[in-house]
Amino acid sequence: MWTNFPLFPERASTIAGGVDALYFFLVAVALFFSTLIFAAIFYFAIKYRRRPGVAARPIEGSLALELVWSLIPLGIVMVMFTWGAGLYFRNSAPPPDAIDIYVVGKQWMWKLQHPEGAREINELHVPVGRPVRLIMTSQDVIHSFYIPAFRIKNDVLPGRYSTVWFEATRAGEYHLFCAEYCGNQHSGMRGRVVAMEPARYEEWLAGGPAGESLAVAGERLFRRLGCTNCHLPGAGSRGPVLVGLYGKPVPLEDGKIVRAEEAYIRESILNPRAKVVAGYPAIMPTFQGQISEEGMVEIIAYIKSLRRGSE
Amino acid sequence: MPGREHYLNVSYGVKSWLLTGDHKRIALLYLGTITLFFFLGGAFAVLLRLELVTPAGDLVRAETYNKLFTMHGVIMIFFFLIPSIPAVLGNFLVPLMIGARDLAFPRINLLSWYIFLIGGLFTLGAVVTGGVDTGWTFYTPYSSAYSNTHVMATAIGVFITGFSSILTGLNFIVTIHKMRAPGLTWFRLPLFIWAHYATSLIMILGTPVVTIAILLLGLERAFHIGIFDPALGGDPVLFQHLFWFYSHPAVYIMILPGMGVISEIVTCFSRKRIFGYRFIAFASLAIAVLGFLVWGHHMFVSGQSIYAGMVFSFLSFLVAVPSAVKVFNWMATLYKGSILYQTPMLYAFGFIGLFTIGGLTGLFLATLAVDVHVHDTYFIVAHFHYIMVGGAVMAYLGGIHFWWPKITGRLYPEGWARFSALIVFLGFNLTFFPQFILGYLGMPRRYHAYPEEFQVLNVMSSAGASILGVGYLIPMIYLVWSMRYGPEAGDNPWEATGLEWTTPSPPPTENFPSTPSVEEEPYAYAPPEQEVPVG
Repeated sequence: MWTNFPLFPERASTIAGGVDALYFFLVAVALFFSTLIFAAIFYFAIKYRRRPGVAARPIEGSLALELVWSLIPLGIVMVMFTWGAGLYFRNSAPPPDAIDIYVVGKQWMWKLQHPEGAREINELHVPVGRPVRLIMTSQDVIHSFYIPAFRIKNDVLPGRYSTVWFEATRAGEYHLFCAEYCGNQHSGMRGRVVAMEPARYEEWLAGGPAGESLAVAGERLFRRLGCTNCHLPGAGSRGPVLVGLYGKPVPLEDGKIVRAEEAYIRESILNPRAKVVAGYPAIMPTFQGQISEEGMVEIIAYIKSLRRGSE
Repeated sequence: MPGREHYLNVSYGVKSWLLTGDHKRIALLYLGTITLFFFLGGAFAVLLRLELVTPAGDLVRAETYNKLFTMHGVIMIFFFLIPSIPAVLGNFLVPLMIGARDLAFPRINLLSWYIFLIGGLFTLGAVVTGGVDTGWTFYTPYSSAYSNTHVMATAIGVFITGFSSILTGLNFIVTIHKMRAPGLTWFRLPLFIWAHYATSLIMILGTPVVTIAILLLGLERAFHIGIFDPALGGDPVLFQHLFWFYSHPAVYIMILPGMGVISEIVTCFSRKRIFGYRFIAFASLAIAVLGFLVWGHHMFVSGQSIYAGMVFSFLSFLVAVPSAVKVFNWMATLYKGSILYQTPMLYAFGFIGLFTIGGLTGLFLATLAVDVHVHDTYFIVAHFHYIMVGGAVMAYLGGIHFWWPKITGRLYPEGWARFSALIVFLGFNLTFFPQFILGYLGMPRRYHAYPEEFQVLNVMSSAGASILGVGYLIPMIYLVWSMRYGPEAGDNPWEATGLEWTTPSPPPTENFPSTPSVEEEPYAYAPPEQEVPVG
């Protein structure tokens, strides 16, 4: 068993190096201060051990010293804060050209859907060298999507979308864990991420079960639910036309402006009165309970595919 | 001193204990109760570590494992760590240290023990009838809608116990404000009292919030009132906000009193005044106040806004400063002291070392980009055990040894005590240090089974836990033994300062024959006539 005894995790994403560099800085600071403190305690404890005839010297304190050991740690932790927050901030926004992959967590498995239609369970195939954005939700309790080799983690919540992104740098297989305790088989809710060279990834996509793409499946659902009655060009003015909607700012009735991203589209389907588009009556019924999380993903993929000129 | 009447022999019989108003007897009631809880919670930990010796989940079933870690957490936090130092040592010592006859409200003090007991019985009832599997954090909607274990009984237990904490905090605050002996000004108070004052503030301001959160959780679970469950229109992250608003400060409820104990021990066994008295005192208050502003650092990956994450990260880093100030001041207190290595001092050294590691690794978790990786892994488990076990439990054991002669009138066997302090220190490090490495490798916490490459570190950790367990059993045995067979301690075996050492051991029921008055600064270990010119 000693042959399989790692002490440091694999590093396989574009952000992992930055996180590790910061980690090493923190380790260095921690080592420095713990060594300093341990050494001082040992030294004092031995040098000033009780000896007959030698009394302790009364020392009350020192304002200068107090300032030194308040301000130096303050300075150091501010470096940590700035470094950590800066990295976190930069890591939070996915590059605009990211591939969107949809993730639905449920007790106790991960369901993953590629836009081209490939579906996977507890396995995620991704290309190396291309940013991937995960749009994640849960069907039941809170889960957390964690790939240690990529140094990314984000909770996956029921009733909303959360996103996380990565770009794999090395082909290989990596652990995928659920990191938020989610009940009985929490520790079984793991799988693997397979990072592949782009050409092999394309092969893998093409070689999978011939399924329709998410957008095509979404269009069918869109028609079946009757969304076309109000939301396609020529449907009258009952609802806003959805062509070219994705990613655009939408003016709302109350004067606010919201960007049409996944979370907004989802909310507008399940709770249409929450954000009513300016100029349209609030007549849309809720579709709560009529669409599964996978179906929602398909509809959103369809709406995202409705670009100007694609009609 | 046969024949002398003191609080232990003034009356006998169960009734004289169960209806007592004496803070010292109530402290012992707490001591007995929480010791039982400690060993129960410890037994659960033993089973957890045994399961984790192998990567496969083969000793217990997954649902049993989940119940074990939940009950380990619930019992250790709510029924051992939170009451440990305040309700036992604080109860015993706050009146003695300030020269009072008792706490301000003796009957409320007894009531708080009964409330604690009732809450504990509810929780034990849940354990006995099948357990609970939500994790001590009770995250929704798992706890409110999905778990089919005894969530309600446990929640009621924790809900009830909260009132015990609130009443104890209230009692301490009133007592410290109103009942100090003549001449005992705020800046003559032992730092143990300052620490308990700060702790009490957290108890009365924070506990109601977790009480409300648990009440809301119960309402949702029982009556399907949508508060946290998105299926009912609720917000699951709201629960996390409410929960951590208390439960992060609760960490300071556990560690601040320990810091108070350490200040007493370090001064006594260095024969020196504390270095930077006011800085340590105000650092306690600063930690108590800042502690209320950092709860969001538990939610950096929960979907909280990234700007909120940055604010909480910043505020969390600020807590490092008063914590560091305390460590440096204890260190400086050793300088040019006259140091004895009695058991309490060994525990104090252990505390300072382990708290330092726990504190420094806390910085990793406050650092946003690094926390994303280590959040909910064994890194967290290691970090908070360094604070709560390496810190709070070491301080508790140090304090129990330090004041044991005062509490029982007897000395514990020094050789055994030093030996077990060493065992605890070594066992603790072997148990929890490998978990830092496991955490950065990415092993998530609360995993019943795990990938094979994590096995070696897990075996080390389990081996350490068995050593640690022995380290905790030895004091249990010799302390009980010493109550009957230990040598008479005398009033002040450590030649310590502080009012509690001026009264006989064990103290009489009324604590002091006549109200003491205080004319000197605390920790007057090196009186001016012995002063050697500093050169």
